[in-house]
Amino acid sequence: MALLSLRAEGRTTKWRPATRSLSPRRYFGAIAFVAPALLIYLAFSIWPAFNTLYYSMLDWDGLNVAEWVGFENYAKVFTEPELFNSILHSLVLVFFFAVLPIAFGLLLAGLLMGSGTRGMSAFRVIYFLPQVIPLVAVGIAWRWLYAENGPLNEFLETIGLGALAAPWLAGTDTALIALGLVGTWGMSGLCMMLFVSGAQKIDSSLYEAAAMDGAGPIRRFVSVTLPGLRGEISIAAVITTIAALSSFDLVYVTTSGGPESATTVPGLLVYRLAFTYERIGHAAALAIVLTVLILIFVSVIRRLTKEKA
Amino acid sequence: MKSSPAVLLARHIVLVLFAVAFLIPFVGIVLSALRGDSETGGFQLPHTWTLENFAIAWEQGRFSDLMLSSVIVGAIVVPSTLVLATLAGYGLAVLRPMGHSAIMTTFVIGLTLPTELVIIALYYNLDSVGFTNNYMGVALAEIALFLPFSVYWMHTHFSGVPRALIESGRIDGASDWRILRQLMLPISKPALTTLVVLLSIWAWNQFLIVLVLMQSPTRRTAVAGLGYFVGEYGTDIPLLAAASLIVVAPVVVVYLLFQRSFVAGITQGAIKG
Repeated sequence: MALLSLRAEGRTTKWRPATRSLSPRRYFGAIAFVAPALLIYLAFSIWPAFNTLYYSMLDWDGLNVAEWVGFENYAKVFTEPELFNSILHSLVLVFFFAVLPIAFGLLLAGLLMGSGTRGMSAFRVIYFLPQVIPLVAVGIAWRWLYAENGPLNEFLETIGLGALAAPWLAGTDTALIALGLVGTWGMSGLCMMLFVSGAQKIDSSLYEAAAMDGAGPIRRFVSVTLPGLRGEISIAAVITTIAALSSFDLVYVTTSGGPESATTVPGLLVYRLAFTYERIGHAAALAIVLTVLILIFVSVIRRLTKEKA
Repeated sequence: MKSSPAVLLARHIVLVLFAVAFLIPFVGIVLSALRGDSETGGFQLPHTWTLENFAIAWEQGRFSDLMLSSVIVGAIVVPSTLVLATLAGYGLAVLRPMGHSAIMTTFVIGLTLPTELVIIALYYNLDSVGFTNNYMGVALAEIALFLPFSVYWMHTHFSGVPRALIESGRIDGASDWRILRQLMLPISKPALTTLVVLLSIWAWNQFLIVLVLMQSPTRRTAVAGLGYFVGEYGTDIPLLAAASLIVVAPVVVVYLLFQRSFVAGITQGAIKG
């Protein structure tokens, strides 16, 4: 989930309320509207986030007295292959969850460029469907599709490519890719619909002007559609990248990180280290590294897609 | 710029192909769930059709308990988040107390933080006050998780309300509370509907929080129960398919009934900033 924009402020500053002239009574009246939501958010999101930061400096099993170890747990995240590989896997997933769906989305926006297409509202219902279904159920469906005697291999046999058939989620070479393609399936519809509806808002006179200048379809796409979709691309990239890096549900259900740790992701290891192996410090350090990684990706995406003033 | 019939046809073929790709897993799951005993097969129609798998899955998975848990959690999370976010969005967008901009930024940062960051400490914090294995604990965690988007959504909505409307209320001497209730809420129905639809779907689908905070098998939500069900019946495809459909059905019904609101939420929520 988590759809977002990182600039909530700044658009709505046409009128300036007389903040300074608010009487104390009105000020406390105003703060009272905000306080309940803020307190719950601080208590059950922000406070635990800082606790996690603190845990990441501890050697703690969750029961006995904790020992302060400073940045040792972070060193562990980068040196223990199991932990570090999970980060690498999540980076591979970014390609399948973010890059491929955005490419598909642009392809579709390019194909539907210009004049409207009929029946879009029916397609929209289907294209958004993967966003609605719980990932646990999505995982179950794909486990079955990918199974050794499942429909995908059956289909390959039927078209004479039986030699390619494989237990996709059970092979160390194929599991991560197979998992990634489930993400591609889940995220493509969202990107497509964001871009198609964004492209419809582009002023059609821009296309006509480009056509009069002799620009072909590809040129029109690159110089009109692509810049016009800047905002949509940015937001799609942020949503899908966060989904890739912090994936948990899908991996838990389809592969549980296997075979032989080929598909472990940070989310899965945070859960396991903390609640199965009682390595709270390591789990917390990995969670912090994951968060920092997400923040880096988000700010790079925002910077790359920022409108040049 | 009119497209030629050939181009239009090609476009529709592409659209249909993608639609088929998105639907295939669902069709397969439905066929598997309806397949009779000892049959296997991918997308062939079943020889014997049966609804028995649903009855068995319901029984084995204890879905009457699980569904009830999901409803309880949703019944706490959705209205609470809605009220909290409406108050906060109105306060931050219209009343603008000192520090409103910093507070808004704090909420917006929450949009990027992964659940993994909070879940470990959340477990120990809630455990220390006896709130694990407890509907209230799960609900509070989910409310906090959904507040950033919800506050942001309501803030955006209230920011778009014409200033003159609020001023007219002020001139009539209405309190902030009355302006919210009698002027703002009546024109906020679409924004509130969208938020309710999104929150219901998200609350139903939440997995990690329930997995960690709810150990008792009978108190798990439907989605968390389905996660365990996979572990126990990993190879029994008809049973798993039926269980999945039981869990998926409510969200799909809500989605189909309110798809306009859902799509508006996803696209506008993403774009408006």
